[in-house]
Amino acid sequence: MSGGAQPADPVSAAVARAFRDERAIVLATLIRQAGDFQLAEDAVQDAFEAAVTAWRSDGVPANPGAWITTAARRRAIDRLRRDRSVADRAQRLAELARLDAQHETEPSMDDESTIVDDRLRLIFTCCHPALSQPARVALTLRALGGMTTGEIARAFLVAEPTMGKRIVRAKRKIADARIPYRVPADEELPDRLRGVLRVVYLIFNEGYSATEGDRLVRGELCDEAIRLGELLSGLMPDDAEVWGLSALMLLHDARRAARTDSNGRYVALDEQDRSLWDWGRIREGLARLERAVHLRRPGEYQLQAAITALQIRAPDADATDWAQIAELYGALARLNPSPVVELNRAVAVGLAAGPAAGLVLLEPLLGDSALERYQPLHAAHAELLRRTGDARGAARAYERAIALTANAVERAELERRLGALR
Amino acid sequence: MSQYMFLVYQEEVDPTEQADREAELPMFVEFFGSLREAGLLVGVQRLRSVESATSVRVREGETEITDGPFAVTKEVLAGYYVLDCDDLDEALGHAARFPGARYGTVEVRPVMPPDEWVKVAREAGADVPDEAVEDLA
Repeated sequence: MSGGAQPADPVSAAVARAFRDERAIVLATLIRQAGDFQLAEDAVQDAFEAAVTAWRSDGVPANPGAWITTAARRRAIDRLRRDRSVADRAQRLAELARLDAQHETEPSMDDESTIVDDRLRLIFTCCHPALSQPARVALTLRALGGMTTGEIARAFLVAEPTMGKRIVRAKRKIADARIPYRVPADEELPDRLRGVLRVVYLIFNEGYSATEGDRLVRGELCDEAIRLGELLSGLMPDDAEVWGLSALMLLHDARRAARTDSNGRYVALDEQDRSLWDWGRIREGLARLERAVHLRRPGEYQLQAAITALQIRAPDADATDWAQIAELYGALARLNPSPVVELNRAVAVGLAAGPAAGLVLLEPLLGDSALERYQPLHAAHAELLRRTGDARGAARAYERAIALTANAVERAELERRLGALR
Repeated sequence: MSQYMFLVYQEEVDPTEQADREAELPMFVEFFGSLREAGLLVGVQRLRSVESATSVRVREGETEITDGPFAVTKEVLAGYYVLDCDDLDEALGHAARFPGARYGTVEVRPVMPPDEWVKVAREAGADVPDEAVEDLA
């Protein structure tokens, strides 16, 4: 239902609102109670379908979340009664019936900490390391983001049946291999949380710089990732990197409208119309970064957010503190050595200390097999060569970059820069 | 007396063909039975589909967990462990402690419980007596 138009009539609007606000909570709890991901998901789907009819004839209930919870539990009981293939069916039915009777006499919702725990259980299960990365992304978007299989398939430019199979297979693995539905123990938590943050950032990046296709930004994925980041910071407020990632995504996304011009062409950071930036998002991002820094546990997302914050705060590219940005990239490289970070450091040094200094850092990366087919390396190489006055070298590097990009908007920009050399 | 291990390889087939195979469980039960009667059978277990596999390696002190079976053809099957665990996390934790995981790969595959094996066969139309469940266990 994400990305769709606002429904006109009040009942549809109430159902859509409940879907957005309550679905993940209801699903998270029902998976624990029913002990089965697929069953719970089907039952919650049934409950929302039933809500449309029931609320139209009986009116929207005072507590839509409680109504959906009860309806979903009863649908789960019905489905379990019909499905004889479930191994411990009797036991699960008894547990669900007990919960149903309990809520009948005492209809209060579960307490806050149980709800928090259930949502964390759901996040950690969807991002379990025994699932493939694409499956983690798809499951997270479906279970927590409430995106349909079709929407996820379109966002990732995959055929819908392929995406459907990927999701079904992941849920079957959770059941067959008994991937536990729980928040990891303290000793595994840092590692597992890093995995969760990686999934959220992957979703954001897929939206922010679409690897294929002709739209530079697939906004719905960015919005969904930002929502997940906010959810995580609410659930795990003591983790600095959770705030750091949330800040990073907000600060990037704030510039979304300025990244392409009215013809859909890419606009480089220093040429962007800053009045198009979303300053509300920027303030929120900076506040979140500050909150992260106060926890005094530096990490890669906080460093990246700090770099982005420096770029945003400078009035223009010339006034940007590239020396400090280069230093932050250096810190990032020590924390998490990667050729991509080295490349960014080379670019920052090139802007702080001149193109020759940048080339000294960049040239060794050209021999790195991991970066051979990495378009931004060749684009950055071209830019540094152009600034040293080596137009022929720059042209060769632009041609290499153009050959490597699958994004039409990026290609057009690289071709424009190549043309400007002549 | 020497011990021998039978490693069973087969292609995973579509549901219809798989149902035909499931329906043949009585032939398998007869085979176990003959081995058991002869005092030769140490154990038999059926693994769940390879889709439920997870591979564990430890390199430079870091545990690497990946979805799916091991795929490096240079590595050969060298041995096996069967563990009773509460869930996959417990199994993966022990796999990562296995000293051979530092240079090899541990493929962690869930075992299908015997009662489920029989249930699947019965659904496919096989006539399996209750005693067969004990035979499988």
